[in-house]
Amino acid sequence: MTEKQRERRLLQGNEAIVQGALAAQCRFFAGYPITPASEIAEQLSMRLPAVNGTFIQMEDEIASIGAVIGASLAGVKAMTATSGPGFALMQENLGFACAAEVPCVIVNVMRGGPSTGLPTSPAQGDVQMARWGTHGDHPVIVLAVSSVLDSFTITVTAFNLSERYRVPVVVLSDEVVAHTRESVELPLKKEVEVVDRIAPGMPPDWYKPYQEDARGVPPMAAFGDGYRHHVTGLVHDQDGFPTQNPQEVEKFHQRLAMKITKGLPDIQLTKKMYMDDAELFVVAYGSVARSALRAVEEAQKVGIKVGLLQLITLFPFPRRTLTPYLQQCHSVLVPELNLGQMSREVQRVNQGQCTVVKQNRVDGKLITPQEIYNQLVKLSDG
Amino acid sequence: MPPSIQALTHRYLRHNKRFPHVWCPGCGNGIVMGALLRAITRLELEKDNIVLASGIGCSGRMPTYLDFNTLHTTHGRALTFATGVKLANPALNVVAIMGDGDATAIGGNHLIHAARRNLNLTAIIINNSIYGMTGGQYSPTTPFGATTTTSMYGHIEHAFSIAELAVTAGASFVARSTVYHAALADQLIEQAMMKPGFAVVEIISNCHVQYGRRNKIGNAVQMLTAFKEQAVTVKKAATMEPEELQDKITIGVLTDRNLPVSTDEYKRIREQARAGQEKR
Ligand SMILES: Cc1ncc(C[n+]2csc(CCOP(=O)(O)OP(=O)(O)O)c2C)c(N)n1
Ligand code: SF4
Ligand SMILES: [Mg+2]
Repeated sequence: MTEKQRERRLLQGNEAIVQGALAAQCRFFAGYPITPASEIAEQLSMRLPAVNGTFIQMEDEIASIGAVIGASLAGVKAMTATSGPGFALMQENLGFACAAEVPCVIVNVMRGGPSTGLPTSPAQGDVQMARWGTHGDHPVIVLAVSSVLDSFTITVTAFNLSERYRVPVVVLSDEVVAHTRESVELPLKKEVEVVDRIAPGMPPDWYKPYQEDARGVPPMAAFGDGYRHHVTGLVHDQDGFPTQNPQEVEKFHQRLAMKITKGLPDIQLTKKMYMDDAELFVVAYGSVARSALRAVEEAQKVGIKVGLLQLITLFPFPRRTLTPYLQQCHSVLVPELNLGQMSREVQRVNQGQCTVVKQNRVDGKLITPQEIYNQLVKLSDG
Repeated sequence: MPPSIQALTHRYLRHNKRFPHVWCPGCGNGIVMGALLRAITRLELEKDNIVLASGIGCSGRMPTYLDFNTLHTTHGRALTFATGVKLANPALNVVAIMGDGDATAIGGNHLIHAARRNLNLTAIIINNSIYGMTGGQYSPTTPFGATTTTSMYGHIEHAFSIAELAVTAGASFVARSTVYHAALADQLIEQAMMKPGFAVVEIISNCHVQYGRRNKIGNAVQMLTAFKEQAVTVKKAATMEPEELQDKITIGVLTDRNLPVSTDEYKRIREQARAGQEKR
């Protein structure tokens, strides 16, 4: 028998998310229809039952994420997909997943907002909501996809990070990536690394569901495995029971933050292009990173020393990756489809070392390579 | 003979949990908890296979104390989490425990859709006609005219009848009891847990602290006595005029019907999907 070869396929971003989820062993999806994310639900309703998985269309997005958390607690990798209005409804239960440390993946295919906004236009207005949308201090991982291939690989990464750190992971796509068809070569099954949560190894009587270990991520038992335990959104002690003891409350918060801090090298993903000798650079993510790459390549041709730092992980914000370039370069351009949600993060870590220039579009249209190129020419002239 | 309280306590309460519980002395929640445990004992269900999911409220604290797989979710959302658990592992016995506000105000949409969807789940709703935990504000089951902390001039809205709502929404099994009728509650919960499909048991309960006191019904004992006097069986109720039933509580089984259960139907979908894929 010949080795199975990779095949080229013409896929939409949303289809690639479906493929990525299945490759990551996602076996449960609950969702509520919304443009421009509905294709994800439609395709998974066909594909999941064939692999012994489950699809369900719930009565709203609050119910969808509730069901996703329930499925994950029963030991099945689970996700939901939505767009801005639905993502807003999910925030309370997203906080539950943070507090109770339930792995799950939430895809938000961004469209114009606020409110019903521009349902069929791309936007990047939900970036800060993804980080801070649920109340309280909480850890969360937010990733952004910029292409069809990304939609596959980053969905796999999202599941892996969520399982490894027991956190909800938000994947931000946008209307352009979601609906653009590209020819892609997806990796074969054996080439895809799949991470699973760590199951408890001790006897059930010894299991403390939220006990701190060196990594800060407790092993996770599934309901029905014989490790009867309590799961709550109230602040809890290491046994999982509600507590108001100040020392235990403090410990709860510190561990949730610490488990992410310890994992930063693993979690903070970026792509660097032409950054080594850059005097000027662009920070971009999502579909805007595509325009930025094109602009950077064109500018390189005319001798401008410009690089591109593409953010895959938006949060925790990759400060350590950025800092050396903020020292190395005189300016950084941050193009985004909002009024400046990531540029404020760049400003925050910059501390006056480099000139941060915003470039924003909120008219429902993409930022073109030409627009970015023109800015780069201006900035390189000083 | 029902098992003794001590036997239930030893078998089902969490000894590693730092008691006391949060409930006021005399609260009906304890009677409902006892009824649930007696039903589970009679059904001889394994603790490992039981998932008890709750929302937020005094009623929502019940899972904390019980030695099952327990899940204290967000306000109103117990059924959504329970749906995910059940679909992910249909072998588990999944019970949702909710308050009246939890199940019919913030979670009302989930209740009617869970009933319509007909997953094999059990819902126990402790209806004390009030928001107990937050200090006695009116709920969707607070009677017209009642005094609550948000209706000091008298309540001007009308109450839901939860069990009748569940019947209309399509649940396979719907029953009602009160905390006075504890033996009936045991039996109805047992029947509900045996029933394939979505089963609802509404239990009229006393929040004497937030409701009874303010509405001159009195303490726990006086409230239970009132439930005793108000109760009529489903059979008797069928012979009475709507006016006669105004202040009554209909108890017993309101509906018990056999409908396709979506947890089973999904097995068929899986087979169909697999066959489709093999063909391709
Ligand atoms: C989203 C949200 N809104 C409001 C609350 C506050 N809250 C907690 S319990 C409760 C009402 C509880 O009433 P009920 O469901 O009848 O339960 P009981 O306490 O009477 O058992 C409310 C409004 C909350 N926890 N979450
Ligand atoms: S406030 Fe009411 S419902 Fe809550 S524990 Fe006290 S008596 Fe029970
Ligand atoms: Mg109540």
